[in-house]
This record gives sequence, C-alpha cells and structure tokens, in this order.
Amino acid sequence: MMEKFDVVIIGSGPGGYIAAIRAGQLGLKTALVEKDKELGGTCLNIGCIPSKALLTSSDHFMFAKKEAAKHGIMIDGAHVDLGKMQQRKDKVVKTFTGGVRALMKTNKVTTFEGIGTIIAPGKVSVKSSKGGTQELETKNIVIATGSAPVELPFAKFDGKTIVSSTEALTFAEAPKKLLVIGAGAIGLELGSVWNRLGSEVTMLEFLPRIALGFDLELSNLLQRLLTAQGITFHLETKVSAVKIDNGAVTATATKSGEELKFKADKVLVSVGRRPFSEGVCAEKIGVEFDDRKRIKVDKHFRTNVEGIYAIGDVIAGPMLAHKAEDEGIACVEIIAGKSGHVNYDAIAGVIYTNPELAGVGLTEDQAKEKGIDYRVGKFPFRANSRALCNEDVDGMVKFVADSKTDRILGAHILQHAASELIAEAVSVIEFGGSSEDIGRTCHSHPTLSEAVKEAALNVEKRALHIMNR
Amino acid sequence: MSIEVKIPAVGESITSGVVSVWHKKSGDFVNEGEAIFTLETDKVSTEIVAEKAGVLETRVPEGREVKIGEVVATIDDSEAPPEEKKAEKPPEKNKEPEEKKKESEAEKKGAEEKAFVAAGADRGRPGSPTPSTTLSPAVRRVAEEEHVEPEKIAGTGKEGRLTKGDVLAAVQERDKAAEKIEAREVQPSADGRFTRKRMSPLRRKIAAQLVMAQQTAAILTTFNECDMSAVQELRAKSQEKFMKKNGVKLGLMSFFIKACVEALKAVPVVNGRIEGEDFIQNNFYDIGVAVGTERGLVVPIVRDTDTKSFAELELDIAGFAVKAREGKLKIEDLQGGTFTISNGGVYGSLLSTPILNPPQSGILGMHKIMPRPVAVNGKVEVRSMMYLALSYDHRAIDGKEAVTFLVKVKECIEDPKKLPLDF
Repeated sequence: MMEKFDVVIIGSGPGGYIAAIRAGQLGLKTALVEKDKELGGTCLNIGCIPSKALLTSSDHFMFAKKEAAKHGIMIDGAHVDLGKMQQRKDKVVKTFTGGVRALMKTNKVTTFEGIGTIIAPGKVSVKSSKGGTQELETKNIVIATGSAPVELPFAKFDGKTIVSSTEALTFAEAPKKLLVIGAGAIGLELGSVWNRLGSEVTMLEFLPRIALGFDLELSNLLQRLLTAQGITFHLETKVSAVKIDNGAVTATATKSGEELKFKADKVLVSVGRRPFSEGVCAEKIGVEFDDRKRIKVDKHFRTNVEGIYAIGDVIAGPMLAHKAEDEGIACVEIIAGKSGHVNYDAIAGVIYTNPELAGVGLTEDQAKEKGIDYRVGKFPFRANSRALCNEDVDGMVKFVADSKTDRILGAHILQHAASELIAEAVSVIEFGGSSEDIGRTCHSHPTLSEAVKEAALNVEKRALHIMNR
Repeated sequence: MSIEVKIPAVGESITSGVVSVWHKKSGDFVNEGEAIFTLETDKVSTEIVAEKAGVLETRVPEGREVKIGEVVATIDDSEAPPEEKKAEKPPEKNKEPEEKKKESEAEKKGAEEKAFVAAGADRGRPGSPTPSTTLSPAVRRVAEEEHVEPEKIAGTGKEGRLTKGDVLAAVQERDKAAEKIEAREVQPSADGRFTRKRMSPLRRKIAAQLVMAQQTAAILTTFNECDMSAVQELRAKSQEKFMKKNGVKLGLMSFFIKACVEALKAVPVVNGRIEGEDFIQNNFYDIGVAVGTERGLVVPIVRDTDTKSFAELELDIAGFAVKAREGKLKIEDLQGGTFTISNGGVYGSLLSTPILNPPQSGILGMHKIMPRPVAVNGKVEVRSMMYLALSYDHRAIDGKEAVTFLVKVKECIEDPKKLPLDF
C-alpha cells in the first residue's frame, strides 16, 4: 500500500505540471502521473515548443535568404542543414522537459511514469511501461490528459505519408510537395515551416476562411501575406478521399461543385484536436462526458464524481496551453480551499506564422453577432516608427470596444511580434480597462507597442500618425 | 457602538459646504462638545462639535465638498478616553438647537440630494475605497472632468476596481438624478407667498459666469450712436441678389462683425485678454455672437472673421442659429472667442451695458434701430439710429482706446464703403 496523497494529477502537460507546481507551493502532498518518458505532454514534446523552435529557425533562414540584403547584409548561398535544425529543436525540448523535472523536485512533487487509471474515487493505479503496477491513494484526482490530433476516416495516420503535427515536426527532409488539410493554427504554422524550408505547400480548408476563431479582417490579410510567401490556399474545399500510390498521395476534393485532385509527397492532417482521456477509465467510475467527449466540470473544475477534477484540453474551452495552465492553478487552489478563478474573456490565441496573428476577446464579427454596440480602432504597422526601422511593416492592430463604456471587448494583432504585443491588451482586458486607458498610457518610443496605443486612440478617432476614419 | 457624524443644516438655502479643516485625526479620542472640524459654506464658517465622546474615524479628506446630512466621520464611543484627556474641559456648547429650527426646508432638500448621491454609490460594496493613485488613466480623466468622486462609486473591474464604464454610469446616474430634481414640480412655500424651483444647469452656469466676470474684470461701458441709413440702404439694394446667390439673408450682423474686425485691427488691445500678470494679444479674430435660446443665452464663435466673406459670415451665423435651436451646439462651437457681439436690439432694448464674456476684454452691445430726429448739417432730420455700447475691461484697456474703438465701429457702419464689401 502506498502513502496517501492530497492530490494526484494525471497528465504532465502544461495544465498538469503547472497544477503540480502550484499544489506543491500550497503544501499539498502531490503526485504527477505521466504515461510518456518525458514530462511536459504534447506542448513541450510534440506541440508548442518544438514547433516554435522550427518556426524561429526557418524564419531566420527566410531572413538570411530574403530580408538580410535589404539591410545591406549580403549572405550568399544561405542554405539549410535540416539535421542541425532538428537537433537544435530537440535540444530546446530536452532543456525544457529537464527543467520541468527539476521543478517537480524543488516543489516536492512525486512523479510516476506509466498510464494512470482511476480505479475508484481516491484510488489511482499507475501501470508502468516497464511492467508493474502501483496503486496511489489520494484525496483528490485531477485529470489533465489533454488532447490528440483528430483523424480523418478516409485518411488514417500512417506516420509517414499521412501525418499529424507530431510527425510533421520531425521530417528528415522537406517534402517536395506538402498537402495540408485544415488551415487553422497548426496547419498554418507547420505549412509555413515547410514552405520556408523548400516544400511546395498547398492548404485545403473546408471553411471559406483561414484561422477560424480569429478576426476575419486580419485572417484575410494573413492569407494574402502567406500567399505572397508561396503557400497556395484552396478555401471551401472539401476533401473526400486520400489515396497513397507508390508513396505518392492523391487527395480528391470538391470545390464549388468541381472535383479537384491534389498530388503530394506528404499530407499533414490538421483539422483539429479531440479531448484525450483513454486509459484513465473515468467513464467506468461514472464521470460524465459531454456530447463532444469532453469531461463535464462545473466552474470549480469538479466533475460529477466527488474528489475528481479535470482541466485543460480534456474539458470544454479553447485548447490552449496557457488556458490549461491557468485552470490547473485555479483547480488546485480550489482544492487547497482558496478561491481560484479563470477569466475566459482574457485568454489570447496566437498563430506563430510570419506575421503572427494574435487575438483576445471578441472579434468584430462576434461583437456584431451579439448585437453589441461597438466601436473599432485600427492602426497599420506601416505607420509605426519601429516597424519601419525593422523593415517589418506588414500587419495592423485592431481593437473592438463597447460604444458606451469604451471597455475593450477584443484586441487583434497581426505582426511579426504579435504574440508579445497582445499581452498588453490581455492585461487591460483582465482589469476591465477601456481603449482610453491604453491611449492614455505612455508607450516607449520607438516601439511596436506604440501601434497598440495608436489603435486604441483610433477607437475615439484620435490616433496621431494616421488619418482617423 | 459607533455613531455617525453628519453635516448639520447650517442655514436656509445652504445645501452643501466644505470640510475645510479637521481639528482631529482618525484614531484621535474626542470629548463630547469638542470641535472636530470646520465646515465652510457660502455664507458661514462653523465649527462642528462631537455629540459624543469616543474615537474618531474620518471619512472624507479636507477640502471635500459635502452635502447637508452627509456622513463625514464616525465616533466609536465604546473606547475609553485615555487618562490625560480626561482633564480637558469641553468647550462651550454650540448654538445648534437654535439652528435646528431653521432646518425644515434646507434639510428636506439636503435629504433629496443625498438620496441621489447614494443612488450612485450603492451599486457595489462600501468600505472598499479606491485610492486615487490606483485609478486607471481613463477613470482619472472622467472623474476629473465630470467632478465625480471615485471613492463613492462601486467598481466592477478586477477585485472591485473602477472601470471607465463604472464612472461613466455614475455620471449618467448623477445627471439623471439632477434632471429629476430639476423636473420636479415648482414648490410653493408653506404660506404660498413664493415658490422654489431649481435652476437648470445652463442657468446656473450662466449665473456663475456672469458673477465671475463682474468680480474679475474692471468693467466699464462707453456709448455711442450710429446712423444706420447707409447700411439699411445697401442691404435693401443687395438683398435679392445676395439671397439668390448665397441662400441666406444679408443681415446686420455681418456688417457689425466686419466693422468690429476693422476696429479691432485699429485698436488691437480690445482683442486681447489678461492672464495672471500677463496680457495676451490675440492675432486672430474669432468673434462670439450671443444668441438667445429657449434654455438661455449661448455664444457660438464665428471663426476667422477677418478672412471670411459677408456671405460666409451670414452662413455661419445661420448655421449656429439652427444648431442652437436644435440644441446641437458643441462645446467647441462655444470656446475660444476673442471678442463678443451681443444684440439686445432684437428684443427691443434701446440701451444696455453688456457684461464681458471672460476671459475676453471687450463686448459690443447692439440695440434697437429707432427713427430719431438728429442734426444733419445743421438741420433736424429723422434718421434710423442705433445706440452702441462697448463694455471693456479697464484693467487692460484705457478709456481712450475704448472710445476710439467704438468710434471706428460707428464710422464703418455709417460709411460701409470703409468695409471690404464683397457682394
């Protein structure tokens, strides 16, 4: 019989490991169960982190190849050593996962490798891949098992030709022709990586737009910029079959009634992710799921079974690492008798293309749909001093604010550094701030952040460096 | 037990005052009858004494305007006085009982005003004061511009912080409450010998402005008269053509504006203003034209009158008249004039002494055109005459300059060829 824990967390992705750290800080006796050898889950091992490593590397290559000369830096024969690039990526991941393991030690979190199964409320068994099963007793259980890529029934993943994001991060060489099904965050990012590294990338999207969930105006602008970078888009295109013949793929699709065939060397299926909790056996002890197979929780992250909580991708809401992290913190704070809270109106989403697309809160279309009386403020980076210095003028900032109270309802940024710039808007939204609050806050000059202030000023039609319309 | 210290009624017609000095600090022990703060009102300055002994907890800062009946402090009488304080002799009792008799009307009113303050304040949690240092920039701006007290507004932001929307809502509520008070029935007095009605905010603003002008400037008025025959003849002759071309009547005002521009150019000091110890000379000619509306007097500004044509001036004025009637004049329309023309003649005034529109230094009063016998070349003739008045700030303008200015206006009107006639 094992020692008794206050909380056992199943899954060590950003939701789970952050929850474990916070639980440790709060003095809870904490266990973290991970089925894989490395901690960190999808995000650290096969998601956010390795993809950003490749995005940055390939972006540097683009700079060397296309941008450097504009600055008077002549780089002849810039080329890619993909093996080295992948090694760097692996090193980044290793540093990070190693760091997480160290953090578990410092926070006195006991880690267990193996599949965590809930046998009964308060009882988790861990079945190690090396064989052997341990049983953990605990007062509370947090399910943080995340999500997995959605598979298309007519295009099952084979790990080589028809791949998910996991394999698309590890190609040993750039496929000559890459077909991407689904133009959401993952498809756009990995499509960008391989487009930069030499693949001929074609993206097929069922919807009439890319980047669903982001502001339409900025998404359309991003699509134009990516097209200029060499990516081909087919929107409103429904893929019906994918056939492999001699290692080459042919995808059949219909676009406005017309049948199209796309040939490629590899197909990346990035049509979304589904909640993942296989092996946890939550359903066996009566934990309720919703119609989309997500675990049902109340606003305190409690499932219907006492002592069992769930957070992150496995419950409702956007599948974002930082959303899972904040839920993890709130969840264990609640377990520790404190008042944890997540503000879902102030969670930004980012697509790390170049330029990056970032958004928080309501898009203009959402505000319109909700019948909100809103005002919009925009500012193009073309008119921003730092963007000019950087030779990086694509994109704009856009605010959606309530007409009456001026409260910021949404902020949307398309820019090379949008992922960082959005943080200011998130903070102000978190505090219930208004566009005027940003407009009246002194921003350093010259910085890209001035464009955020200018867009805020443009809500009241008093931006300084553009004609206010 | 803790008792509340409220602002007492201190006299008829006084509804608010200012806590000018706290004689005791929060946490101090006060004896019954001991003065705790000084209340200043428009009429009197009164020491307010503690009704009970105990530990004082102040609720408002010094210099804060407070309403009659407002709670400004509490006294906790459960605490025993410290030893050394016991010896202190309570000062003489205040004459409060006598004053209490006068409360009736003022207090009723005070209570009503308090009610609307509370309406704005009660929406959230009391006891979570928001120090002004932590207010967001937009909240600070709205609070300052609208003169609302952030401490009295409940915040809906993170951890009860104020958002811009909260303050805007409080302003709206206050204005609504103020309107309600204004809209209430005229109240007859008990004996029916007078009625009481709150003045409109515009009326109150006008009142304050006029008194301020009288108190600040050394206002003096000089008079003259002018023969309107030439202008009237010219208007009659050109009216039809002017009307057809510009879609607006050729009025008197454009002539007087142009005449004033000429006079201001001849005597620039009239086009300036005093600011502290400096004199500011304006080199532009933005002239306010006083317009009476149903709700009161407004003075929209006709910009750059020196460069505008007669037609442009008439169009501007006509535009303002429409806007004023529809209540659509904007603050910008009323700000920044350098000189003002007021025409009491439209109501039949024969002579008046206009009051300056601060910070301007001069105002021209036009009056009713009357056929009057005047001596022309030694003979008595009946002419269309108008008296002119120029009120001016004698601090900045000498008598000679004022008279010269008015004579210049008279000359231009009597001989309009001196004006840049462009129609």
